[in-house]
Amino acid sequence: MVNHFELFNLPARYDIDRTALDQTYRKLQGEVHPDRYATATSAERLRSAQMATLVNEAYQTLKSPVDRARYLLHLHGIDTQEETNTAMPADFLMQQLEWREAIEDAHAAADIAALENLLTDLKHEAANLETQLGTTIDEQHNHARAADLVRKLRFLDKVRDETKLAIEALET
Amino acid sequence: MAYSDKVLDHYENPRNVGALDKNDPNVGTGMVGAPACGDVMKLQIRVGDDGVIEDAKFKTYGCGSAIASSSLVTEWLKGKTLDQALQIKNSDIAEELALPPVKIHCSVLAEDAIKAAISDLKQKTGAEA
Repeated sequence: MVNHFELFNLPARYDIDRTALDQTYRKLQGEVHPDRYATATSAERLRSAQMATLVNEAYQTLKSPVDRARYLLHLHGIDTQEETNTAMPADFLMQQLEWREAIEDAHAAADIAALENLLTDLKHEAANLETQLGTTIDEQHNHARAADLVRKLRFLDKVRDETKLAIEALET
Repeated sequence: MAYSDKVLDHYENPRNVGALDKNDPNVGTGMVGAPACGDVMKLQIRVGDDGVIEDAKFKTYGCGSAIASSSLVTEWLKGKTLDQALQIKNSDIAEELALPPVKIHCSVLAEDAIKAAISDLKQKTGAEA
């Protein structure tokens, strides 16, 4: 069984060639498309459907920075402990609380501009963490720290979702 | 999602929301977070000279189960010694609130918050953590 990187003929690194990923995706999609197997035996059809699912799953995983990092760490036998590790640095958690309070305040004041500013800040912060993730995995090979960064990015995703929800609620 | 009556009760009428002075030497602050759902929990306890927890406050951003778990533990903590407080297990919280399996991590978060608050307090008072 090939791993996702092997399936896409990419080196198992965080920093990947996104153009190559997209091109290979389209090529693989064409190869396993169910339409090509319309007249095939049911066993062949089943196999092509399974391959199509695998190709999609692999593509979605490799496309997303957090999912790609988690998958890479998993290949190295590292669990990112997103379900079990609650011991985040205090200053990081304090920042989370402050952001949540800012969302509540802006929502109460119907301040869409403040929410959009927050969204921009969060995007920068996520980009910053993703850059660190690349260095940490590909150059420093520090998997424990990389798992820590994945957990931080999960928090940021959640705050971004909530900010977007607050904006949507105010716009409707 | 179907929340139990006890979760709804704590969610709608959370007990002990707020903050204690984190610079007070008798106050311990525990901050924990659950990456999978983005929940953040701050739990604070104040102990009297007799070593018994006299007040507990929390602030939680998260789902109903996380809020209910932290609200419940603030009620449980009052009147307990630190050793007794450390015996509160996530399974006790989950059982009391009838949490479904997918929400067990909320009770884990509350247990970890108690431990973090007590560890902070012990560090302040110079006792062995």
